[in-house]
This record gives sequence, C-alpha cells and structure tokens, in this order.
Amino acid sequence: MNNEHATLKERLGTAFPLTLLVVLTIPVVIGYIWILISTFSRSTYGLEPQGRLTLENWSFLWEDPKIWGVTLNTILLSVGQTIGVVLISALAGYALSRIGFPGRKTFLSFTLILHAFPSVTLLIAIYFVLRWIAQIPILGHGIPVIGGFGYNTVGGVILVQLALQLPLGIWLMKGFFDNVSWDMQRAALIDGCSHFRAWWNIIMPIIRPGVAALAIFSFITGWGSFLIPYTFITDQENSVLAAYLRGMMGETAPVSYSTVAAVGLFQLIPVMIFFIFTQEYLMNIFSGGSKGGT
Amino acid sequence: MEVRLENLTKRWGSAIGTENITLDVKSGEFVAFLGPSGCGKTTTLLMIAGIYKPTEGLVKFDGRVVNRLQPKNRNIGMVFQSYALYPHMTVYENLAFPMKLNRTPVPEMKKRTQRVAEQLGINHLMERKPGQLSGGQQQRVALGRALTKEPSLLLFDEPLSNLDARLRISMRGEIKRLQLDLGITSIYVTHDQVEAMTMADRVAVMKGGHLLAYCPPNELYDKPSNLFVAGFIGNPPMNIIPVEVNEVNGEFHALHEGMDLLVSKEKGAKAAGRRQVILGIRPEDVSVLPADSGKGIMGEVYVVEPLGRDDLVEVSIGDVMVHALADRATNYSIGDHIQLTFDPEKMHFFDPETENSLL
Repeated sequence: MNNEHATLKERLGTAFPLTLLVVLTIPVVIGYIWILISTFSRSTYGLEPQGRLTLENWSFLWEDPKIWGVTLNTILLSVGQTIGVVLISALAGYALSRIGFPGRKTFLSFTLILHAFPSVTLLIAIYFVLRWIAQIPILGHGIPVIGGFGYNTVGGVILVQLALQLPLGIWLMKGFFDNVSWDMQRAALIDGCSHFRAWWNIIMPIIRPGVAALAIFSFITGWGSFLIPYTFITDQENSVLAAYLRGMMGETAPVSYSTVAAVGLFQLIPVMIFFIFTQEYLMNIFSGGSKGGT
Repeated sequence: MEVRLENLTKRWGSAIGTENITLDVKSGEFVAFLGPSGCGKTTTLLMIAGIYKPTEGLVKFDGRVVNRLQPKNRNIGMVFQSYALYPHMTVYENLAFPMKLNRTPVPEMKKRTQRVAEQLGINHLMERKPGQLSGGQQQRVALGRALTKEPSLLLFDEPLSNLDARLRISMRGEIKRLQLDLGITSIYVTHDQVEAMTMADRVAVMKGGHLLAYCPPNELYDKPSNLFVAGFIGNPPMNIIPVEVNEVNGEFHALHEGMDLLVSKEKGAKAAGRRQVILGIRPEDVSVLPADSGKGIMGEVYVVEPLGRDDLVEVSIGDVMVHALADRATNYSIGDHIQLTFDPEKMHFFDPETENSLL
C-alpha cells in the first residue's frame, strides 16, 4: 500500500512539471506552426490557410536580388563578430584569470557594469564615434568586403556589436580559465612552455567546450541582431536580414504578413540547424563549467 | 645538481608564505619537505621551480643564483598531486611534450619515451588519453613526463596523496628506488610523515612558514629538536606531560601530581632547575605491567586499541592520559588497574615557552 503511494507520488512528481512545461510551450509552438503555414498560403484565418497553398511568398528569393546581399552581410556580421569576441575574450579572460596586474579588480567590475548598461542609451554616442571613424582614410570606408569600420558599413556594425558583447565574453572566458587547475599551467611552464604557448597549446584545448559555447552564442546573437545594424546602416542594400524584414513591413501597404513570415523563416532556418548541432556546447554557458580537465 | 636556499622569504602583502628558509640539498640527495597544510612547503617548492618569485632571499642551483630564471630554463621535472596530465593528448604525447618543446630530434624523443615508459611499465598505454587511465597509471605517466626530459632536479608535490593506501606504499618504494638508480637530486613535498621518513635522506620539517628542523629521519625521531617535531613525527604520537624536574640525593625526578618518574642523570641535569618543563616520551618507551608488579606508577586502563602487532593502551593517571604500547598477549581491558614504567633513557625535555629541546 505504502509502496504504491510512493510510486504514485513519484509519477505525479514528474508528470506535473512536464504538464506545466507543455502548457507553457504551446503558445510558442503555435507561433512557429503559424509561421510555417502562412508562408505557403495567401492569408490565414487562425491556423487555417485561406485559398490554395502557394510558393508566392517565397518569390523574394528569386525576384529580389537584394536578399542575397543582405544574407551575405548577415553572415559577415555574425562571423566577424564571433571571431572578434572569441579571440579578444580568450586573451583578456586568460590575463584576468591568471595574471595579477594592477587595476585587475577595477577592470573586472567595470566590465560587469558595462554589461549591465542598456545599449540603447549609447546609440547617439556611438553614432558620433562611427562618424569620426568614417573620416579616417581606408580604415573608415575603404576596406573591401566589410566596407570599413566607420558609419554605414558592416565593419562598423561588427565593431559596435563586438564591443557590446565583450563584457559577457570576457567574464565567461575568465570563468572557464578559472576552472583549469593551476597545476596544469605550472606543469606546462615547467615542461618548457612560454606563457603564450601554455595558453595556446595546453589551456585553450582544455576549455574548447567553453570556447565553442561562446562562439555559438555570439554567432546566434549576431545573426538575429537588429537594433545596431538598423541604426548604423542607412541603405537597405548593405543591411542585414532583420533590418530587411523591418523594411518590408514598412514599405508594403497593406503589409503582406505571409511574405514577412517567409523571410522570417528564411532567417530562422540556418540558426535552427546550427542550434540542433551545437546545443550541447551552448549549455556549457549556463552550467558554467568546462568539461575539460582530469 | 646542488640546490641552496638562502633566507628564502615569500610574502603576499602581509600574508607570509615562507620566512627565512635556509637549507641546502646535495647533489643526488632525496630531501622531503614535511609539515601540515599551509606550512609553506609547496610555496618553497614553487619558488625552486620558478613559478613564484621570492620576495627576499636567493635560490641557487650549483652556486648560481636563479631567482630570475624562467621555469622552462631551469631543467627541472615536476610531479603534481593532481597529476596535471594534458587531457587532450595521448600518453605518448604527454611524455614527449617536454622534449618536443626543447626540440629534441624525433628518433631520440621516441627512444627516450620508450625507455621511460618501459621503466615505469606504461608502454602498453601509449595511445590512450589520460581520462582512460586509472589513478595509479596516471601517476606513472606524470612521473614519466617529469623524467623524459632528463632533468637535473626532480620536484614532487604530494604525488601520492590521491592514490589508495596500498598503491601508495608500493609507489613509495618505486619512487625511492628510481631516484636512487637515476641519481637525480629530488625534493619531495608531503604532509605524510611516513612518506617523508621512509623515502628521504633528509627531512625538512616546516610550520607556519618556518623551517623547524632539517636532518636525517632517524635523528628527527630520536632527537627531536623541538616540541612540534616531537609531536608531529611518530605514530602513535609522543606523550606530552608537563612536569617539574628536581634533584633529590643525586637522583633526578620528574614530578606531576602523584607521578614521580626517575630521570637519567645526564638528561635530568639539563632539565632541572626550572619551574616547569615539558616531558615527552614515545608510547613504545612506556611499559605496561600488572598492578601487583610493584615497580611503576598506578593507572587505570581507559581504552585499548588493537593495532595488530601491538595494543595501544591509553592509561589515565590522575588528570593525565598516557599512551603505551603493550604486547598483545597481555590482553588488558578497560578499567583494569595496571602499572606503568617510563624508560629514563628515552625521555625528552622541552622548554614550555620556546618549545625547544633542552637536551
């Protein structure tokens, strides 16, 4: 009798949170289903497509040449930002975790404050900075592919996004480095490594899961970013997917939500695929530990 | 290689790591740094390795000051408690890594790796990663990695602490034998007095950043230079009793509430004439006799702990507890009244204030 009670209790114990999660997830799932359905229909009534299914909404892929330029820019932004964030965070995190230098604590707390700072409030100040950079020859406007680092270039947006993401990146990497035992580093130094070599040959491979997590996180943030690119890139040709999407909602009247949904899905697909393959690493950020070490 | 430390001091702000450590290690000698955790033994080792920079004092290798020499240029091998094997490399890569860094030619590298692996019995594990090895195997690989580059100084930082008791004993012997065969000067940090006593040629006992004693293990045991060493070395630990030593008719007696112990003339003369001193005597130098033997001090058995070869008998005499080793055949039990005799030749006396030996 007692035993049965226990199992019933146990079952309730797992069933309850599951039910709660399912209920909470339903609106999100319905949202995705709606997007999927509406991209293939002229209009929808609830979840029910009106009229015959059609590929018309996807015609932007072959009719609007801008989409490919915009997609390329989004890739450039995400990849550029990812490389920058990972490289700088890894170096800064190592220094902050392992080397005692004056101002280390102050630096750490300032980074934390910066992380908490809402980036919207910085938009105007950043505008002036980017305008100023734009005046520098070559660096401002004359770099191929990314355009440069000034106002109205992809490079400029990369620079800003990178800067805003660094506080989080540096703290994360510092955390991962903190988890590598001092003995490991001492062993490397005694075995004949320089500080740089110990970092590159021993410690970086050990925290690879952490590096991967930060890279993925950074890439996804870059891919979905809207505010910074929308503000600092004026012409749509040079903008990114999220801004392109925003543009569509503004210029067609009445707004064709089915087309908007199609573009949204187009933007979503790469991230979804990416996420499926990398979610295991991404979880490292939230569990906050590296899997390395013995 | 000879190592000499001169007034070696390490401070972090006001926190003291070590204070004025001066000692020398002869070429080929095996020295142990022994002390409780936080005594500064690992700090000293890391200064010798070049990981920490001394605040004051000198580290000399063969007479040359190496304070500013980078760890990689010191030609030392080190074994860590956590093994610190590189988890992303195979055993072979781990063993060869130091040689790869100093650009040893590949054939030579392979030859040396092979030789060390055979010496340590790990040549069947070469393709495995550290994560796939047992603790004992990892320990061997760590030892191997320290040996392949043929260092002139070997440093051990509590290398056996993570192993189980049985393995620890066999590795103890193996390391000692290996060190003897290779003749590499070695410094071994441990908090385990048995390890220090059994392996080392000389033991440096440290406490609170200070070097308290530096001598061969037997001397440490037979003639402890201060109270801390006396209590720290030896298992079961030495009995410590506050006494007053008086001379009566040319004989010396140590007195403590109802206890009257005869002291040898030579020792008594050094301990007498003070208000109070501390008497130390090891449990094996206290004999347990039946109550009717009429020779010793009466006491009552408080606890009996069988140790296998002997019984450790804890006896209460007034307010003092005395540990004594008794033959198992005597078979005392709790509450028995017995008599204790103390070997007058094996007593130690310490100053209660400075804690230094009076002998």
